[in-house]
Amino acid sequence: MSTAQPHRHPQAADDPSSDYEPLERAIRELLIEKGILNAAAIQRRIEVMDSLTPANGARLVARAWTDPDFKARLMADAAGVLAEEGYELEHSPTVRVVENTSHVHNIIVCTLCSCYPRMVLGLPPAWYKKKAYRARVVREPRAVLAEFGTELPEDMEVRVHDSTADIRYIVLPCRPEDTDDMDEDALAALVTRDALIGTAPARAPRDR
Amino acid sequence: MIGNGARVRVDDRFHAGHHRVPGYLKGREGMVMTCLGHFPNPEARAYFRSGEPELALYQVRFRQADLWEDYAGGAADTLDADIYEHWLQPLEDGR
Repeated sequence: MSTAQPHRHPQAADDPSSDYEPLERAIRELLIEKGILNAAAIQRRIEVMDSLTPANGARLVARAWTDPDFKARLMADAAGVLAEEGYELEHSPTVRVVENTSHVHNIIVCTLCSCYPRMVLGLPPAWYKKKAYRARVVREPRAVLAEFGTELPEDMEVRVHDSTADIRYIVLPCRPEDTDDMDEDALAALVTRDALIGTAPARAPRDR
Repeated sequence: MIGNGARVRVDDRFHAGHHRVPGYLKGREGMVMTCLGHFPNPEARAYFRSGEPELALYQVRFRQADLWEDYAGGAADTLDADIYEHWLQPLEDGR
């Protein structure tokens, strides 16, 4: 009877727990069996990935807002700065930082898969990997931004970065107004994951 | 090498296997912003080949209005994509 059928979610193709799970298990077990990997090494990678969060990007942004020399180095050679900061980039694609200004707003996507600056920010949000975001943000970025609550003036250039190759992008958002007296930690608290992807600006400071 | 500011067209061709260029950019014209370095060819690496010799990778900027007939955003809106040299044809006239 149909009641015995497993529930098939309409978004199953985007669900990493669907057909990929047995495939992942088979490959993992083979790699361990052949001595190419071991469970401890896999566990260590998971721990490293879990330790990476958008707070890392927020700290970089806050420092760039307060230290012009650091910002200049970050814009010129983000990968070099990140390596100095202790990020493991050896087996990673390289990283570039793109800066929002009063007339350019940057937003990041990967239409070919779901490339994301994981080596700094950790795992991407689920929506970043969905076909809806990837297909729509390149052809109607302003409509997507509006759904994130971000309305931009018509004369501002919206610049979508489709990270199709070996570079990963992080957005340096504009520093919000009325933050002159804030220290780096307070500034970092204004920088959300969405601000680092470009779907939103940095938060305004709380009413004081 | 393709110089910064050069006008290019993305090749509109098909081959079997992995294409490391988004379909919506094939046949479109844009401008090279910078060369991002040289990287192994991902279309070869996808099939366990080395990807040597490495290919130049370019940051190419497109006007959104050139990509989508019904583009509803601002006239200044752009899209940047990172494209390997073997997908790019320099345009002679510079337009």
